[in-house]
Amino acid sequence: MIRWILIALLSVGVAGTAFWGYQEHQEKNAILVQAENTYQRSFHELTYHMDLLHDEIGTALAMNSDHRLSPQMVEIWRLTSEAQSNVGQLPLGLLPFNKTEEFLSNIGDFTYRTAVRNLDDDPLTDEETKTLKQLYEQSADIENELRKVQHLALENNLRWMDVQLALANEDEQVDNTIIDGLKTVEKTVEGFKETNVDSSVIGTSAKQHQYQFLNGKKISEQEALEISKDIFGIRDTADITIAQTGEGADVPLYSASYDANGKHGYIDLSQQGGKPLSMLINRDVGEKELSLNDGLKKAETYMKELGFEDMELFQSGQYGNTGAYTFLYNQDGVRVYSDEIEVKVALDNGEVLGLTALNYYMNHKERELPEPTVSSEEAKEVVNPNVKIQEEYLAVIDNDLGEEILVHEFLGVYGDDTYRIFINATSGIEEKVEKLGGTEINYAIN
Amino acid sequence: MSYKKITLLVLIISLLTIGYVVANPKQSVEAFSEQIIQQGAVGEDVIELQSRLQYVGFYNGKIDGVFGWGTYWALRNFQYEFGLDIDGLAGEKTKEKLVKASEYDKQFVKEQIAKGNKFTHYGGVDKEKQSAPKQSTPKQTAPQKSTPKQPEPNKSGTGTDSPNNAAGGGNETDTPEQAAEDPAEDVEITNTAVNVPQGFSQNDIQLMANAVYGEARGEPYEGQVAVAAVILNRVASPSFPNTVAGVIFEPRAFTAVADGQIWLTPNDLAEEAVLDAINGWDPTGNATYYFNPDTATSAWIWSRPQIKRIGKHIFCN
Repeated sequence: MIRWILIALLSVGVAGTAFWGYQEHQEKNAILVQAENTYQRSFHELTYHMDLLHDEIGTALAMNSDHRLSPQMVEIWRLTSEAQSNVGQLPLGLLPFNKTEEFLSNIGDFTYRTAVRNLDDDPLTDEETKTLKQLYEQSADIENELRKVQHLALENNLRWMDVQLALANEDEQVDNTIIDGLKTVEKTVEGFKETNVDSSVIGTSAKQHQYQFLNGKKISEQEALEISKDIFGIRDTADITIAQTGEGADVPLYSASYDANGKHGYIDLSQQGGKPLSMLINRDVGEKELSLNDGLKKAETYMKELGFEDMELFQSGQYGNTGAYTFLYNQDGVRVYSDEIEVKVALDNGEVLGLTALNYYMNHKERELPEPTVSSEEAKEVVNPNVKIQEEYLAVIDNDLGEEILVHEFLGVYGDDTYRIFINATSGIEEKVEKLGGTEINYAIN
Repeated sequence: MSYKKITLLVLIISLLTIGYVVANPKQSVEAFSEQIIQQGAVGEDVIELQSRLQYVGFYNGKIDGVFGWGTYWALRNFQYEFGLDIDGLAGEKTKEKLVKASEYDKQFVKEQIAKGNKFTHYGGVDKEKQSAPKQSTPKQTAPQKSTPKQPEPNKSGTGTDSPNNAAGGGNETDTPEQAAEDPAEDVEITNTAVNVPQGFSQNDIQLMANAVYGEARGEPYEGQVAVAAVILNRVASPSFPNTVAGVIFEPRAFTAVADGQIWLTPNDLAEEAVLDAINGWDPTGNATYYFNPDTATSAWIWSRPQIKRIGKHIFCN
């Protein structure tokens, strides 16, 4: 009898311990995952900030007016401190990474000193411009090395926890891609001599324009079904499921979707007027048969069919076997950045796979454009003389306060980089300078 | 007498010219495909365009197969110098002029790209001098540790000494994938660069694809675009971190991050969804939150103004 009670007690004890152990194990794992996530975040943020730092220094180089340069220096200074704090959070205690930190703090010091100075009275000297140029090149090297490490880490699913382990027991042979990569970064920085010390404007609208252009009568669900059927190009409305938006939506919509013939389609229609705000079709895209230019013609025809007029191509790019095209509204030769439409075309048969006109409908209206009081010649003088201007336009963009302003837009080349520069056409102030990218080394094959 | 000589000379010259013209079309047949090449295009035609522009000295960038800004300005300058319409498009006339003005050593360019060499394609310069083998850095060797089958000495040997005799050899293997392929003459050229949306890197896209796959892999396509759009809306919102990584790894923000599902290998669909979201598609109507009503444990999330439901998720702000 006693024996049985003992056995029962013991088994309860064992089961209890097992349960407790399991819980502890779960908790430990949860904490490990959390620590790992913190490391991952710091690392990915570090690479991102280095990217940004490089671009911002480049932008500073292309700037001319000092009233834009000071805020730009502050921005670079802010980024270096962000990047430094990212480095500080990485478990690199055992790895010498101090040269990189030093490099960052050098940039920080330099930009801080120039930012607090009154650049109107005391502009950048040639020496300082040279330093800035050097920093630009060096940050490119670091950015590149870090991106390579990041690519390897993502591709091989590397864990910072393992890095920590690898650092702790040096003699053990572990996969130490991260360590090797970071050592290269450090070496790159060491090579620099001691003497040194997003932002796209498209579709941005801080002030929402309340969808003025969404006019017309309210449509019923049945009408919405008919419209989406036509746009999807299918015969039967029975395949389509449709729903309305809730109270949180900026503008009331019908959302319809369908699945048929290996295709999945989705569309957002405004309840007011039944305009297509966004459309997406997903299917397997076959071998590329059409050129990007052929796809552009399909996209243009498609937009005409939907009744969009005076749209001009702003940029295009091929991603896989699809082409992505951005169009801007053109009012009497002035392009309006906020009125933007994107179209996606499959380059196997030219089918339009997507359209988004949300920004267009949000911002579009007939504007009363003022005559530019600053001529194009006068505006050119404001641009940094080192930038070789290649193209010019008149445009409407949103400034930092979210107001629409008329500007002279210049596309120019400085060194190997292309910049987009906006000069206010009524006041002659340099409003925005952007470095244009859009191409990157393919890390997967290099 | 001298008239005869001159006539003979003229005759010979014109014959030679005819011979040249007859022999030449072969070259222009080989050049370019039919397409009009425009900015943003990628592929073999772009590689040829860049090589030819570099041959005549207009293009100083890398020959990488992506029609970016550098190529665009080079083409426009070429059109300007040769009296063509300056439109930045490589259409029929432009291609014709370009083919006449330049040469394109396809074999050389292909080899260099396949080997990952640094190279240029200027006219009138010795080819050997225009290529430098890929520099080997520590992280070059690091990933190779995991694939010990690689014939290492072969690689470093051919790269430096004789860049030209490797193509016929066929036993030159740079990557395991290429080794598996038929070592025929006409290997397809891969681009050494890709298009990325302004302000994003491939790694940003990859990280977002990981998050989207971990969070929404069972969802319809627009549901995946929607999750990517929420990440981007959060980056833009002042009440969330300002970077993609910051938003994704924010503690308690995404369950897939908390339970490690983010490290599953994403499929192409997730990546396509991320690209669409970055290129401007937002099926959520500017949402910054979403939740699964069947599993949501927080009462607070139900108090947010809801925008719409896509698949299993309700999006709100």
